[in-house]
Amino acid sequence: MPIVLDSVTYTYGQGTPFEKQALTGISLTINEGEFIGIIGHTGSGKSTLVQHLNGLLHPTEGQVTVNGINLADKTEEAKQSRHMVGMVFQYPEHQLFEETIAKDIAFGPTNLGLTQEEIEQRVKDAMDFVGLDYKTYADRSPFHLSGGQMRRVAIAGVVAMKPKYLVLDEPSAGLDPAGREEIFAEIMRLHKEQGVTVILVSHNMEDISKMATRLLVIDDGKVLLDGKPIDIFMKYRETLQKAGVDVPPVSQLTAYLNQRGLPVSEEAITVDDVVASIESLKKR
Amino acid sequence: MLGNITIGQYFPGDSLLHRMDPRTKILATLIYIVAIFFAQTVVSYLFVTAFTVWVIWMSKLPVRLLWNALKPLWIIIVFTLAIHVFTSTGTVLWQWSFIHITKEGLQMGVLMTARLVYLILFSSLLTYTTSPIRLTDGIERLLRPFQRLGVPSHELAMMMTIALRFIPTLLEETDRIMKAQESRGADFTTGSLVKRAKSMVPLLVPLFISAFRRADDLAVAMEARCYRGGEGRTRMKELCYTRLDTVSMSILILVVLIILVMRFYAV
Repeated sequence: MPIVLDSVTYTYGQGTPFEKQALTGISLTINEGEFIGIIGHTGSGKSTLVQHLNGLLHPTEGQVTVNGINLADKTEEAKQSRHMVGMVFQYPEHQLFEETIAKDIAFGPTNLGLTQEEIEQRVKDAMDFVGLDYKTYADRSPFHLSGGQMRRVAIAGVVAMKPKYLVLDEPSAGLDPAGREEIFAEIMRLHKEQGVTVILVSHNMEDISKMATRLLVIDDGKVLLDGKPIDIFMKYRETLQKAGVDVPPVSQLTAYLNQRGLPVSEEAITVDDVVASIESLKKR
Repeated sequence: MLGNITIGQYFPGDSLLHRMDPRTKILATLIYIVAIFFAQTVVSYLFVTAFTVWVIWMSKLPVRLLWNALKPLWIIIVFTLAIHVFTSTGTVLWQWSFIHITKEGLQMGVLMTARLVYLILFSSLLTYTTSPIRLTDGIERLLRPFQRLGVPSHELAMMMTIALRFIPTLLEETDRIMKAQESRGADFTTGSLVKRAKSMVPLLVPLFISAFRRADDLAVAMEARCYRGGEGRTRMKELCYTRLDTVSMSILILVVLIILVMRFYAV
């Protein structure tokens, strides 16, 4: 059940003097089980692109289908397809509104029209999943939590809808390193344990290189590069730089070392990989 | 979906009207609006019409804009006309059961409607040719003499400026929260009135919270830059009264005097 974008073009404010084309003829297939990283500098159109994936925006030209169903249709089927794609916006904690954490997480499942027991079960599962103890937190106000905890509640609210696809727009923005690690560990678990297809929008190449199986580089409303992250880092550094982004620090380091005559493996993704590669060079 | 709303009516330009001091424009508009109500005879109406048209021509604004200013008020305009046409007593021109149209009513109706239209046109000229910031600056300055009576003129102007500044920000925020809640299956557009009102809660609560958060941040930022009210505050763009303002004000006062004379001698 892939998400297929067929030559999608999107223009903001069509027919007004403020008309601006944000996407130009994007064709793309997102397969189940992938972990896609989307990168691009501010204003490249990446946020516009991901909003097409669950029908928040409908293409001006072209179409978006999930499992063959056009998201722009007004049928019940199309509505259900839109719910298969969960969306976590930037600073998702700003969308909390209920009196208690449990009620807020239950908002999505309730809108799906589930039974009371099913809703409660999902809230418990989702809270468990993001590491918030149900007994302690369920009846607390979400507004008395720390920033990182609020964000986890907000993410739980989307996870509780059990989406097949999960889009996250800068989920780590404004968090401290520990908070980032936690959020990314949870996303990774969601991907591995529940087989959720993840689409991660980020400015941070390092995060993407660690997790994504596929990297999309968006520039000026078009897909500039599409492939395995490490391949892109090795072969297209200049193209990346032209699009206003750069390869992650580790790849910068391996490229530099190679340039200076130390043949470390350029496929290293983590610092440990580089250390191991250097160690093996020393042994030789 | 909310991005297309234009804030304020300001239409940038470089006409004489645009260049006038906001204080002159505000005062002139107020005086002229009062003066319009002194016009009574057909001749004085023609005079008022001529002056209004001339000022509009001076502003170099597209006619379409002024039409847009009248459009939302057409109900009031039609209502004014109808009331006068159908309720005045006098020489009956046409009658059908209890409905009648009189000559006096028709005359009165047309004149009153014209008054209303000029009033709307003239005041919209003010907002079309003055940017909101200059407008609030002007209001602040004009209210300053009343400070002794306890009118907080600087605070009022600052409140207006901040409110105007945050309209686009809050619209953007609304759009974002709406999308986030729609992603969670919220439905803002269908259902009964009660259901739709209830569906606003997930939108309004986060919006209020974020407005308060922004207010807090802004207050801290202003304090950090030593803002302590209007006392002794200088500005980057000083309002300055030029010869243009003197001339415009003189012309306006002349026009008002002529209207008053016409009223007095019933010309």
